[in-house]
Amino acid sequence: MELAHFDTAGARVITVNEHRIDAAIAISFKDRMRELTDQGPDRIVVDMTQVDFIDSSGLGAIVAAMKQVGPSKSFELAGLSGTVQKVFKLTRMDTVFTIHATLETALGGPIADAG
Amino acid sequence: MGQAHQRHNSALSPETDEMSLVFPARPMAVRRALRASMTGFSRLSLTSDESGVIEIVLAEVLNNVVEHAYAHHKDGVVELRVKRRKDSLEFTVLDDGVPLPNGALPKRSEHCLNVPVEDLPEGGFGWSLIQELTRDLRYHRSNVRNKLEFTIKLADTQII
Repeated sequence: MELAHFDTAGARVITVNEHRIDAAIAISFKDRMRELTDQGPDRIVVDMTQVDFIDSSGLGAIVAAMKQVGPSKSFELAGLSGTVQKVFKLTRMDTVFTIHATLETALGGPIADAG
Repeated sequence: MGQAHQRHNSALSPETDEMSLVFPARPMAVRRALRASMTGFSRLSLTSDESGVIEIVLAEVLNNVVEHAYAHHKDGVVELRVKRRKDSLEFTVLDDGVPLPNGALPKRSEHCLNVPVEDLPEGGFGWSLIQELTRDLRYHRSNVRNKLEFTIKLADTQII
């Protein structure tokens, strides 16, 4: 389960360095997300650009990650690929999450301090 | 252990309109079986949307087998059979796990998402995805075996 992160002035960006969030890694995804969202800025943006597939277990893990962040922080997603978008749309979870087309639009401009 | 071994044809080709895969009911084996299945469809001219639909449905169906039918059975085996029809693919999934609850497909239901974040559902999406994306979904329990059959409609099933 590969998650990377960096902080900008106002946001913690968590990059999912996996091609799939599925039943095989859903639990470790949720656990690792808890570690990475416990600290840092109050705005969390999960960069999903590299993820080309999620199943319902993966979706459940993303919902769980948002729930464990709690209402005091903002939990947002960016860069959903075609099939990932489809799963969000079919389950209507696209109405629950704030979803940005790309990480760049989520952060309102080019990423200066990536890495 | 966990290697998806192949029996009969593992790909649709100009020579065959059927393929089948047999693999252990474990999460990582399901991942490999999905990859093998999608490779087996590589001679079809699927759109990216159609590939997505097939992979979502197969992931949900196979994960259900691993997580529910074989929940208390560590050495379960799953068989996936696919037939190419004129405008669709017909799928059959077989396992020897426990039957579906009440011995039948679950009723279609929609989650209520208009709730506080802490009450959002974290599961139960699988069957609604399967029901939404397939046709002619049928379940049959015989003796010790579960059989799930369904069809996915495609624009074109020509082998290229």
